[in-house]
Parts: sequence; C-alpha cells; structure tokens
Amino acid sequence: MSLIAITEVKKRFGDNEVLKGISIDVAPGEVVAIIGKSGSGKSTLLRCINGLETIDEGSIVVAGAQFLPDEVHLKALRLKVGMIFQQFNLFPHLTAGGNVMLSQMVVKKTPKKAAEAVARKMLDRVGLAHKFDALPDELSGGQQQRVAIARALAMQPIALLCDEITSALDPELVAEVLAVVKELAAEGMTLVMVTHEMRFARDVCSRVVFMHQGRVHEIGAPEDVFANPRTPELRQFLGVQ
Amino acid sequence: MTEFSFWDILRNLLLAARWTVVLSLVSFIGGGIVGAALLFLRIGGRHWLRLLSRGYIQLFQGTPLLMQLFLAFFGLGLFGVDVPAWLAACVALVLWTAAFLAEIWRGCVESIAKGQWEASASLGMGYLQQMRYVILPQALKVAVPPTVGFSVQVVKGTALTSIIGFVELSKAGSIVTNATFQPFTVYGLVALIYFALCWPLSKSSQLLERKLNVAHRNH
Repeated sequence: MSLIAITEVKKRFGDNEVLKGISIDVAPGEVVAIIGKSGSGKSTLLRCINGLETIDEGSIVVAGAQFLPDEVHLKALRLKVGMIFQQFNLFPHLTAGGNVMLSQMVVKKTPKKAAEAVARKMLDRVGLAHKFDALPDELSGGQQQRVAIARALAMQPIALLCDEITSALDPELVAEVLAVVKELAAEGMTLVMVTHEMRFARDVCSRVVFMHQGRVHEIGAPEDVFANPRTPELRQFLGVQ
Repeated sequence: MTEFSFWDILRNLLLAARWTVVLSLVSFIGGGIVGAALLFLRIGGRHWLRLLSRGYIQLFQGTPLLMQLFLAFFGLGLFGVDVPAWLAACVALVLWTAAFLAEIWRGCVESIAKGQWEASASLGMGYLQQMRYVILPQALKVAVPPTVGFSVQVVKGTALTSIIGFVELSKAGSIVTNATFQPFTVYGLVALIYFALCWPLSKSSQLLERKLNVAHRNH
C-alpha cells in the first residue's frame, strides 16, 4: 500500500495551471527525487502534499489522512509529514534546542523535560548535540539546515518533504546536509525531495520523477531515468544528446 | 500689578506639565490596548472585521487630531452629553494613538518572513499558536523602536488639547503669558519642557534600534 497517494492533482494560480494532473504513489521507505526546470511545478507539488498550497482538483492522501483545507485535517496531515525548506526557516528568536522543542510542546503538548530529551536526541542524530544552546545566527547554513531537519524529525513524521534543501548553501556545506539525508534514507525514512543534486538523486533515491510544464514527464528508477532518458525534454535537462 | 518671578513662571508650567505627562501616558497605554485589538482584527479577523478595522485606521489617520478633539468635545455635547475637557481629550487621543499604533504594528507583523509562517504551519501549529510562539516574539522586537519613537508624537499631540480647554503645558503657557506679558520667556520655557520630555524618548528609540539590531537580525 502506498504511503503517499497523489491522484490527478491539479493546481492553478489564476489562469496559470501549474499542476496539470499529477499522479504519484510513494511506498513506505521509498526515497523519491523530483527533478525538473524551475517553473515545472515541482516545488508547488511538494507544498501541496504538506497543505501549504491548496489543490483545485484531485486528491492527496497521506497514510489515510486526506488533504482537506480546514485546520483539523491540515494538522492531521502535517503531523504525518515534516517539511524542510530551502531557506531553513529556523525561528531566529529561539536556540537550536528551542527550535526543536517548540512544536513538540505547543502542538503535541509534550512536557518540557521530555521535549528537551527528544531535542537533544534529534540534534545528536544530525551531529549537532553540542549546538543545543546556539542561536540560528551563530550557526553556518549547513548547521541551520541540519537543525531544521532535527526540528522536523522531533515530530516523528512518517515522511519528510525536502524542498531544494541544499540550494541556498555554499558548495562546501552541501555534503554535510546530504549526509544526514542519506542516513535518514538508510534508516528507512520515506523521503520526497525536490533537488538539483543529480548525483545524490542517482546514488540515494529509489525513484526519480522528472516534471515538465506541470506534468510528470518521466518516472522510473534512477539508473533508467539518468542512463536512458526517453524524451527530448529530459535529455535537454540532463545535458545529454 | 503683581510681579511674576522667573521661578513663578517655571513652577506653574512644571505643575501643568504633569498633566501633559499623565495625558500622554493615558493615551499611550489606552491607545496601545485599543491598537492591539485593532491589529488582531486587521490581520486575523473575519473579512468584515478586517474592513472595519481598516476603515477605522484610515478615518483616524486621514483627519486632523484637532477635528477629532472637537468632535469628542462638542459633538457629544449635541446629544446632551456633557463631556468634560479631560475626558474628551483622553478619548480622542486614545483613539488617535490606537489607529497609528495598530498600523505601525501591522507593518512589524508583516515584516516577519513568510517562511516563518510556513515552517510553523508545517510543524502542525494553528494560527494562534503561530502568532503567540513564532510571529509575535519576533514582531515585538521589531516594533519596539518605532513604538517608542511614536510616543514622541503622542506627547506633542497632547498640546492640541489646550484648544478644548484642558489645562496642560500649552494651555498653562497661554494662561501664564496672559498674566505676565512675557510670551517669549514663557513659550520658550514651554518648548524646552516639551523638548525635555521628547528628546529622551527619541534618543532611547535610537538606542533600542541599535541594541535590538533590528536591521541585521537575519544575517
């Protein structure tokens, strides 16, 4: 049974239809990379899965939680899928530990002590146990992104959505973040990631989705998609003839 | 004819300045409370509440404070309500301050990056939780310098209440001038007292801005 079932999803911004009927099923433990040019709708699709954008047609079901745009359903959905953003979006007024603790205490009503224990564990998991008391300002981009991952993990999601999480990082910081993601994948976390890191997609992902003009253009195992692109659009995107 | 010493003049002005301070405080605190209510209607309320709040703000920002004072003082009198000058002054200044503070604070809330809303939403927080734990703590920090800066406008705004007969610093100035025939000395002192009230406020606004490091908080 699929963990995330996206069926015939359409999304319009005014007259501009950015998703023109997308259907993807993600199985538990799968790591799916979504690639494509900017404007192809890949980020929008990811944001729809988390309910940051509403959809106009179709359905999105995550482990039995149907996407409906009211606060109760949204909350149920968001407790199941965590999201990591390109710009990290850490809360600048809280320490790294505070960032990881906040939603546990506020949303899940976890007592402070227990939330702190989870936060320390999660920060340790991303290799930042020693930065518990550091403010986001005092961390490098790569460290901030790892705190963001720890923050999402603390809610114990069953899937993580990663929206170009290394695109705002200096090249030398990309590796540390991808290493964390790779570890998560190895532990069996379900991941859907929009990415420009083709090598990472090839090495780590179980499936690659190529989106073009609001449609799923090609989908398949990375070996196939990268080695034998069938359509001229994907060939052009990958820069092969 | 009685002679007035410099000390007589200054003493009377200082006594009246107390009322300027009291009126400023009442306006600022009352305006802050009403302004906060307006802010929440303006950004979070239902559609018609938002329109109402916006209309209120535009009305009070778009008319002179003097007219608002006249309306509070004479307008209610038309309905047979006898409004004392101090009450009219307080009401008008509170409402006027509220309109400006609500708008200043709205700017502060909206200056918080969209990503903060999205990140907190993606963690499952509801609107009020996002506001309380993520947005407001950041917005408050941004709001401190302009709010303190605006308090200077409130202090100077109290001068207008002299026209409806509330005896604060400016009104005392004209009364003392009429008795002493020394307008330059008296109004000079009045101006200096206003300056002594306002300058520390402006200065602290500047210091707070630097201390809270508002301009560079995301770098």
